[in-house]
Formats: sequence, structure tokens, C-alpha cells
Amino acid sequence: MKTPEGLNDKQKDQYQEAWLDTLRTFIFGAKTILFFVFAALLYIPLEDDIKNLFKEKQEVKVTTNRSTEKDEDYDRVENGIHVQTGFVVAPGFDEVRANCTVCHSSKLVTQNRATREGWEQMIIWMQEKQGLWDLGDRKPIILDYLSTHYAPIKKGRRDNIDIAEVEWYILDLENTD
Amino acid sequence: MSLALGTSIVFANNLPAGLVPVALEDHPAFQNLPGKHSEMIILNDRPINAETPPHLLDDDVTPGDLFFVRNNGLPPNRKEINLKTWSISFDGESAKQKKTYTLDELKSKFKTYTYQLTLECGGNGRKEFNPPAKGNQWGLGAVACAEWTGVRLKDVLQDIGLKSDAVYIAYYGKDMHLSGDPKKDPISRGVPIPKAMEDESLIAWSMNGQDIPLLNGYPVRLVFGGWPASCSGKWLERISIRNKVHDGTKMTGQAYRVPCNPVAPGSKVENEDMCIIESMPVKSLITFPKTGAQIKLNQTLPIRGHAWAGDLEVQSVEYSIDFGSTWKTCELNKPANRLAWQRFSTKIKFPKVGYYEVWARAKDSNGKTQPMLLPGWNPKGYLNNACHRVAIKVT
Ligand code: HEC
Repeated sequence: MKTPEGLNDKQKDQYQEAWLDTLRTFIFGAKTILFFVFAALLYIPLEDDIKNLFKEKQEVKVTTNRSTEKDEDYDRVENGIHVQTGFVVAPGFDEVRANCTVCHSSKLVTQNRATREGWEQMIIWMQEKQGLWDLGDRKPIILDYLSTHYAPIKKGRRDNIDIAEVEWYILDLENTD
Repeated sequence: MSLALGTSIVFANNLPAGLVPVALEDHPAFQNLPGKHSEMIILNDRPINAETPPHLLDDDVTPGDLFFVRNNGLPPNRKEINLKTWSISFDGESAKQKKTYTLDELKSKFKTYTYQLTLECGGNGRKEFNPPAKGNQWGLGAVACAEWTGVRLKDVLQDIGLKSDAVYIAYYGKDMHLSGDPKKDPISRGVPIPKAMEDESLIAWSMNGQDIPLLNGYPVRLVFGGWPASCSGKWLERISIRNKVHDGTKMTGQAYRVPCNPVAPGSKVENEDMCIIESMPVKSLITFPKTGAQIKLNQTLPIRGHAWAGDLEVQSVEYSIDFGSTWKTCELNKPANRLAWQRFSTKIKFPKVGYYEVWARAKDSNGKTQPMLLPGWNPKGYLNNACHRVAIKVT
């Protein structure tokens, strides 16, 4: 195994630790896949079930075997949201995290909402103008993820003031004039 | 790297050396931006983009720590900035000569001026557009009016000499592109020559009598009040006098452009049908009280805020407490100087208990007012000058 250049010692340790973890996850994953193949031969699963199985597998992957506190932070998920990046944890999360947080933080991604076509246009623009690389076969996975979890929400020409967000307070008028 | 992320970065060899995904980086998330107020709303921490809650914009002149931040790339490191050697070079097809001035030379050679100038991000209010528009989802607070000190750009341009075919001035700054590629500019915009030649167009090194905050362009930047703030280049190193409309990063395509003719929401607009934004539209902000105020029926509510109108002056500001059915006039001050925002204020008596919204709308010197709904939809979500609303409960 070759450690990439330009990492400090701490990052190298983390890297190696993560590499071993990934190996463990991989073996675990391989076993899981064999199990699924076996299961698939025995049953004819319904479509929804397949989806659920994949969802579970994803969640297992990001929460397995983390030993140190730091690593727990690194992969911590609360209510289906990856705490460090704010991304929804679902199929495609790994690809988006790896490719879309290199130049800017995840916040620029999670702020935005668009259709599949809209997301694709943004990616093409970043490839043409901003040095984003060819995403290869990851592109459809990334587009599926973004257009599912960061799709436009229907609203009118102008929203109501978000009353739930307003923090009500007593205005002390004696002190204001 | 790929294994640590549980996925591989395809074509990772295209990644510039030394670049690590932020998700892998051992960096603490910002609680507080350097040199900025703790209540700034951080939209993005790499690059840094942060806006100010409206009630913190109540000062006549915005303090440096409350001035919004719109960075496209990574600002230079403060330790690497040497004031003695910092210089700005001038060149371009339409420059009669190439010339470089150190900061000290600029300060000693040309007369110094101070103006209060309003800067607003072209995308301020983007968050409200439907269908959603791409980019940082700015709310209300990507606007500020500070007191800027520097030399007039026109004095420097005259010292260099403009050829008769000069069309545009273009800036280049010391910030770095997010990809780390030194050949890419994060942003390189500018203004047409007539705007560059206005008295209030400055090469400024001071905000409110102090150094400009690093995130806002220290040690020196351009300031063109009333135009999208992206015209006013930060960490200024070079100005190019162009014989055509500048074609730098974020000048072309859809950036800082709106459809030349109005389009239906969600339309796809070709690049050649998009026109560059110049003067910003009339707008206002209620800076007192903060939204959510509860008062008693027998109390009178003072309200105040600022209004501005791009290159124009604001001629009046009105408010409504009945969702736009009736409007009453506010008091309005003259601007401190051209392109400064203007203070408005009034006192409101409410007729009965209940939930109210105070809406404010300004009118510019050409008679245009702010819309109550969103103005014309545009693909990148610029120029939302819909009236500001604050929620009030009377008990
Ligand atoms: C090679 C660098 C790079 C990578 C990798 C990258 N981006 Fe970007 N992205 C940029 C730059 C530069 C901007 C413009 C930032 C600015 O001006 O604030 C941007 C802007 C954006 C925006 C705002 C769009 C707009 O019109 O302003 C979104 C959304 C976005 N990126 C999503 C993504 C997603 C999703 C991925 C992963 C597929 C990704 N980015 C990967 C460089 C990159």
C-alpha cells in the first residue's frame, strides 16, 4: 500500500487506519454480497425490498468498526444525515463526498436544489470552466443521488414569512427611542 | 485517498498535487469567521460566503466585522502580504503605457478621497427564486455600506493614458482558484470605462478608517458603489484596460448576467441572450426592529432601515402593515454622498391586536419601486429586490 504524498503524519495514520478499515469492510461486504446472491436464488424479492437492502448496506458501511473518537466524528450519521458534510446518507453518498468536496465544501452542494438536468448542467459547467474531472461511470450515480435528495421544492411566486423560524421576543420600547 | 473515502476518485490523477478533498481534510468547521461577527450567517466555508442578519445592518455605516463576504476562491494568506512591496500593475490593449505603482506610490502621487459606498452582491435574495437558481443561496444580508478611502481610479487611468478605443477595465486579484490551479482566476471582472471614470470609483485601501478586512480584499481593492459587488475586485494586483468588453472569469456565459428580454420562470436561456448586469435595482431593508417583535397595542413601534438604488438616488420609502393594501410614507434622509444608502424611519400605531407584517418599499429617482412579489425570474437568480418583510405581534 502506498500512502499519498503531501499528507502530514496524522493524516497518514488516519489514512492507514482507514485503509485497514476499508479492507475489513470489503471482506464483510464480500460476505454480504454472497449472502445476498444466495438469498436472491432462494426468493424472488420484491423491488422495494431490494431498495431497502441496498439502503441498509450503505448505512452499515459508514458506521462499522470505527475505533477512535476522531473516526466516529468522521463518519457520524444522525437522522440519516452525515454530520461532517450535511449530506443525506443514501446510495451515491460516497461518490458525492469524494468528488464534490475537493474544491469547495459540501455546503455549496447542499444549499442548492435542481432537477437532474439542472445538476448535470452545473457539473458540465464545472468541467468546462472550473477544472472538474471526468466523473466516468460515477456520473449517473452522482446525478441520481443529487436529483433525488436535492430536488426542487414546489413553491409559488413568493413564500410566506417562515413563521416557524421566527424567534418571538418582547420588544422593550422604553430603550429604543 | 480513494480507500479512505470508501470510493475512488475517478481520474484522481487530474487532481492538482497536494489537493485533498475537504471531506478528508483535518480542518475544523468554522464557528466564527476570522475578523467577522459571530452572528454572521455562513453559507459556505470553502470558499467563504457569509451574510449579515438584517437587524445587524442597523448602523449608518456598516462596521467591517458585519460586512458580508462573497469569495469565489481562496484569499491570500495575511502573512504573505507585504505592504511595502504590494503593487498594482496596469496594462491592456487600450493602455498608452504599461505602468506599476506600489501602494505607497498610489497614496503619495494621487489625491485621496473618502466616500460611503453601497455594495450589494448581485445574487442577494437568490434563495427566494422559484424554480431555484444555482449558486450560494443568499437571503437578505449580502449588502453593506461602508466608508471607503482611496484614490480615484480615473486619476490613475489618466496618468497612464487611455487610447480612444478603450471599452472596459478588468481586474485581477491575488486570490487563488478553488482547484489550486495557478493558471485559473477565481474571478476577473470589471466595469465599462464611463463607470470607471466616475468620481466615486475608487482604488481603496481603507474601510471605515481602518485596514480593509482580509476577507473583503485587504490590502487594496476596487469599489464601484451601486453595481454588483463582483465588479469591485479584491486583493487587487493588476488592472487591464481592454478594447472590448472584458472576457475574464465570470464575465461570460451566464455569470452576473440576466436575460436581455424577460423570460418565463424556469426557461432555458442561451448565453447570447444574456446581458451583463450593471446598476443594481432599487431596494430597502428594515434594520429595526428585528423580525419577531412583540409589542403592546398602546405602544408605538419605531421602524428604520436603509434604502439604495444602484446608480440612482432613492426618492421615497413607504411602508404597509396590511399586506400591501395601503402604504404610508416614511421619513427619508439624503445620502451622505452619491451611491451611499439612505436612512428611512417612521413610527407605527397598530389598529388592533394580532399578527402583522411590516413591509417596506423604496422608489428610485426614475419612479421605479420594489415589487412585492419576486421580480423577473432569471436562471442565476440575480436582482431580487422584492420588498423586505418583518413579522410583528401586537398583544
Ligand atoms: C475542480 C474543482 C471542483 C470540484 C471537484 C467540484 N466543484 Fe462545484 N464548483 C467549483 C467552483 C470553482 C465553483 C464556483 C464557486 C464560486 O464561485 O463560489 C463551483 C460551484 C458549484 C455550485 C454552485 C453553482 C453555481 O452556479 O454557482 C454547485 C451547486 C456545485 N459547485 C456542486 C458541485 C458538485 C455536485 C460537485 C461534484 C460532482 C462539485 N461541485 C465538484 C469547483 C468544483
